[in-house]
Amino acid sequence: MDYFLEIFWGGLTRGSIYALIALGYTMVYGILELINFAHGEIYMIGAFTALIVSTALAMAGMKGLTVFILASVLAVIYASAYGFTVEKIAYKPLRQAPRLSPLISAIGMSIFLQNYVLLAQTSDFLPFPGLIPEFTFMQPYAHIIGSTEMVIISTTALIMLLLTVFIKFTRMGKAMRATAQDRNMAMLVGIDINKVISSTFILGSALAAVGGVLIASHIGRINFYIGFIAGIKAFTAAVLGGIGSIPGAVLGGLVLGWTESFATGYVSSDYEDVFAFAFLVLILIFRPSGLVGRKTIQKV
Amino acid sequence: MPQTFPQNKGSVLDIVNLTMNFGGLRAIDAVNLHVKQWEIVALIGPNGAGKTTIFNCITGLYKPTAGDIFIQPPGRKRKRVTGMKIHKITKRGMARTFQNIRIFSNMTALENVMIGRHCRTKAGVWEAVLKNKRTRKEEKDIVSQSYNILAKVGLTQAVNELAKNLPYGAQRRLEIARAMATEPFLLLLDEPAAGMNPYETKELDELILRIREEERISILMIEHDMKLVMSVSDRIYVMDYGEKIAEGSPSEIRENHVVIKAYLGEEFDA
Repeated sequence: MDYFLEIFWGGLTRGSIYALIALGYTMVYGILELINFAHGEIYMIGAFTALIVSTALAMAGMKGLTVFILASVLAVIYASAYGFTVEKIAYKPLRQAPRLSPLISAIGMSIFLQNYVLLAQTSDFLPFPGLIPEFTFMQPYAHIIGSTEMVIISTTALIMLLLTVFIKFTRMGKAMRATAQDRNMAMLVGIDINKVISSTFILGSALAAVGGVLIASHIGRINFYIGFIAGIKAFTAAVLGGIGSIPGAVLGGLVLGWTESFATGYVSSDYEDVFAFAFLVLILIFRPSGLVGRKTIQKV
Repeated sequence: MPQTFPQNKGSVLDIVNLTMNFGGLRAIDAVNLHVKQWEIVALIGPNGAGKTTIFNCITGLYKPTAGDIFIQPPGRKRKRVTGMKIHKITKRGMARTFQNIRIFSNMTALENVMIGRHCRTKAGVWEAVLKNKRTRKEEKDIVSQSYNILAKVGLTQAVNELAKNLPYGAQRRLEIARAMATEPFLLLLDEPAAGMNPYETKELDELILRIREEERISILMIEHDMKLVMSVSDRIYVMDYGEKIAEGSPSEIRENHVVIKAYLGEEFDA
């Protein structure tokens, strides 16, 4: 039973991270119908920023949770700025272009950012400090779930809750939903959709950065390539849940996390991806618009 | 006929030599048109005459090939709006509805109207997050104003219904309510009676007159239902093949031979 629970929580941890990144894909898709392939790189940049900031702060003699929080905040700000800029440079000029053009532009941006970090940093794996301390109250459960995993799961849950409130009740949230449903009509009721689109990119990038910091301190090492892998997985999660749908992204992330985790735990870690993608294929055969996707998806 | 209403104020909308080409096709050919303050003007003509294209040019969805669109909201300066961004045109006071209803179907009726209100309020992202006293009051005002607007179009019962679950006539009225929420000085209605039964059309007739009366705004509408057109409009423009072929009061239009020809074809002796 303990083994099962350990795998269960492990899967939930993984799934939470996938969900955090998948939200960025799904929100951008909801508004622009664009797969933002550079999104994984934003997550990687978030992790790198946190590494640099936390190293600097550690040299300045700070430790513990303060470092973690400061590093996270700066990572979020920096990554959001990247997300905002990528949209302005690579997607906004192509808004009237055929749908394939911004897609190619996104792939180009992804390759550019990877290589930019590769050149500015290094191609080697860098050790990432375990920023989240071991809580003493977690000791009795340490064989099932670690403190880091607990922090990841609860942070993600909190963020999902805040995001739901934001989308549902704030005026920017309403403007986002309106833009996703009918962009021209949104403009006709006076919504500045450039602002809405920028906000979507900023929000999505912030979520990805949080994911980047959390998973980096869990796994303990990063390099320039982590964004690509995580991006593909999170994209899979978004499609699995029904791209364009926010609850779908969360559900898709969790399902993908558990599938991988149980495949690793009960079969072999070599088959983790095989199971994950086989599951995706099955879902797409039987529910082409994803788990929660209906004919008309509730976008953003 | 509601001819008693105060007339002869200045134009609020002036369209000068408006031309729109789609590739080789001339959809609108040098059309001149104006709407005065508090006036209800109808734009009629056979399908494909270019009526909706004019609406799309006015509201900024299309950039006209040539010609100019001027607006002069009551008490404000005359301003050229040709080629302006859509949301800026809306902020200057023009709102429209569509032939095929375009409400935000996955939002409630109240949310639809609130979205319209937002362009008249200030709170940005930070205020919305921080929620100071002024912002909270503004949010409250938006909700109560939105309730009022919904009451005016008779949708008090439906405030929390998802828009897509409303009956057809109610969706039409919701679209008008959302347009009203942006506080326009000119309301553009694109076939408001399309698909309505005679009873609903009569209600719409009253609603249009009441909106003019209570909100003191001008209305420009495209409509095929001649009974509605003749009973509410002060003036009528008739279009055919992208050109304006006639204008005048309802009684003048009814007698106009060019108009009858456009609708019924050439008369000839058998």
